[in-house]
Amino acid sequence: MLSSTADHLYWMARSMERAESTARMLDVTYRMGLLKSSEDESQQHWSAALSISGLHGSYGEANSELTADRVLRFMALDAGNPSSIYCCVQRARENARAVRGSISVEMWETINHTWLEMRDVSADQLHGDRVSSFFDWVKERSHLSRGVTSGTMLQDDGLRFIRVGTFLERGDNTARILDVKYHILLPSLSDVGGVADYYQWSALLRSVSSLSAYRKIYQDLITPTRVAELLILRRDMPRSLAACVHEVNQQIRELGSENSSELGRQCGRLDAELQYGRIDEILKLGVHQYLTGFLSRINDIGDQVNATYFWAMRQSA
Amino acid sequence: MHDRDGNVRASYQGYARWQADTSAEIIQRKREEADLFFHRVGITFAVYGTEANTERLIPFDVIPRIIAAEEWARVEAGLRQRVTALNAFMHDIYHDQEILKAGKIPAEMIVGNPQFRQEMVGLDVPGNIYVHIAGIDLVRASFGGADDEYFVLEDNLRTPSGVSYMLENRRMMMRLFPDLFAQQKVAPVEHFADLLLENLRSLAPSGAGGEPNVVVLTPGQFNSAYFEHAYLAQQMGVELVEGSDLFVRDDTVYMRTTQGPQRVDVIYRRLDDDFLDPEVFRPDSTLGVPGLMRAYRVGNVMLANAVGTGIADDKAIYTHVPEMIRFYCGEEPILSNVPTWELGKPGDLKYVLEHLAELVVKEVHGSGGYGMLVGPAASKEELRVFREQIVAAPERYIAQPTLALSTCPTYVEQGIAPRHIDLRPYVLSGKQVTMVPGGLTRVALREGSLVVNSSQGGGTKDTWILEQ
Repeated sequence: MLSSTADHLYWMARSMERAESTARMLDVTYRMGLLKSSEDESQQHWSAALSISGLHGSYGEANSELTADRVLRFMALDAGNPSSIYCCVQRARENARAVRGSISVEMWETINHTWLEMRDVSADQLHGDRVSSFFDWVKERSHLSRGVTSGTMLQDDGLRFIRVGTFLERGDNTARILDVKYHILLPSLSDVGGVADYYQWSALLRSVSSLSAYRKIYQDLITPTRVAELLILRRDMPRSLAACVHEVNQQIRELGSENSSELGRQCGRLDAELQYGRIDEILKLGVHQYLTGFLSRINDIGDQVNATYFWAMRQSA
Repeated sequence: MHDRDGNVRASYQGYARWQADTSAEIIQRKREEADLFFHRVGITFAVYGTEANTERLIPFDVIPRIIAAEEWARVEAGLRQRVTALNAFMHDIYHDQEILKAGKIPAEMIVGNPQFRQEMVGLDVPGNIYVHIAGIDLVRASFGGADDEYFVLEDNLRTPSGVSYMLENRRMMMRLFPDLFAQQKVAPVEHFADLLLENLRSLAPSGAGGEPNVVVLTPGQFNSAYFEHAYLAQQMGVELVEGSDLFVRDDTVYMRTTQGPQRVDVIYRRLDDDFLDPEVFRPDSTLGVPGLMRAYRVGNVMLANAVGTGIADDKAIYTHVPEMIRFYCGEEPILSNVPTWELGKPGDLKYVLEHLAELVVKEVHGSGGYGMLVGPAASKEELRVFREQIVAAPERYIAQPTLALSTCPTYVEQGIAPRHIDLRPYVLSGKQVTMVPGGLTRVALREGSLVVNSSQGGGTKDTWILEQ
């Protein structure tokens, strides 16, 4: 397929996935904020929401103080913030529009419809009980576009690039959410079993749709170690790092290409490490350190996809 | 819809009965549904010169334009004859120029014409076909001795657009009013893309092998007709490419794919000649493919439409098409031209300046309804300004009588009212000349307006050819 088409499909998928991940992250932050009484703790959560996406700098340029309302608006609706849900949906739609001949009509209609509705979302929808409905809407639209994709798209290389984009982005986001929240929640562990803690950890799990899976697998109290294990190493958890990397690796192997050996090596190695890794090793290294390393390797794989399929070819002429 | 005595025409009787039986609320609801649907599908076009939200819908009218089969049969024969002659003309003009030698067309109209492409002289194109897709604009009018006849208003031979609206309008009508299609036999148009692909493949270069690789070349997603480019590529199941997706090596065109370079044999290009190849035409073009003309000249790639077709569709050459038909086909033209004054001729210029307020004046090289004057609708000031422009460069203009264009009932703000319409059938040339029945009906939505171009507030309708 055309390199430029593959490029657009990949970014279409990544952008939609990022919109969903951002909604999930904001949703959990919002819920956690409701539980905490002190202004400081609430601020800490919203500040963390910005660090997850590396947005402290650009937020600071536009806003003098850090409040829940402002961060929400900045990350959900701000057209000037390229990481906002608004911009992600717009980018997904622009990429889809550029290749609308290569995706099914239903896919295009779904993404275009999402964008048309997104444009009509106003700031007063981010208050009170309407906040969660907005995040639910984003998740629903993302679920829908994935469903339409797998239900209507030809299973060719185009679909593989979409999946590579989706799972790279998802792995990246799970790692970021876990990194920041783990960091904040850990100190309160001395007080294990407190009601607030239970809600905090369960909110984190819920943000990656893993709470009921946790109960099913562990049938026990929520502990930080198990949360880390679940979200890093369990391949049967759809949003875990192991699951995401495994999927990327599969797709890259199927895509193949004469100059994809370096990409194949990087994906295969990370996949194997996650498959055979143990949580106590990760804890020994430190969760934060581990996740920092993981994020940098995911980033390398993204660069390598670019070089292998999108840019290397363009320069070959 | 009605004849001059106010009776419903035979072709519209089925529709009129259906309309009488259907409540206004239902039709209103269907109209809203259509609007929503077009938005969701994103069938939009861009308007040049407007800011911000440049994507707009072309208004779609739910009342179809209906043409009887025997009436269409005559139009089809006329179109086939006309396009055959136009192709023969282009082959001649880039080879032996017999028609100039025979004195049928003044040589200076060709030689000094910027649309005459020196690069095409002596070049043989596959099947001697230059215009693979022609959009011929027709109007129905009573004029001179002719009562209620189809006239050719314009030949669009470069990159005619609008065919996606013809196809989507039909899809929309079938979706909104399935019962109408059950009651009447409307000739199908859905196979257009199949016909087009078949035509393009049949003219692939001999080096292409059994499975020629066809692509659609677009200037990109900011072009006003981008939706259509993507739509046609999808309908044909071929790649939609931009110039940067292609490159030329050893006089062969390749596209950059994720699995390496892949040869391209046929390019349905929706990019003007000027931008095709910066090595030959505009050197500042970033939309084209350097070296494309080299590959074209040695016959390694087929371009549709061919380079240089603009020589046959400017509004001055237009006046000579009936002569071409007589010269190349040895037949009398089936479809007449609208009488046209060429303002480069002193006699014509004098007449036009005396009757400016009654006439329609167009730029020879203009298109899309830009740069034209509709005399009866123009203010004194507009007439004065236009008169100055004409006097400054008369050869840049032609003039035509204001025709009493046919109308069709159309939904407007005040309800249903007659509005002027035209018809653009799409004529395909490959091993033979083919077309789907009908074409795109455009409608001028402003009361009394004769300008149907979408850039000037025109809308579209589904066009039905009723089979017996």
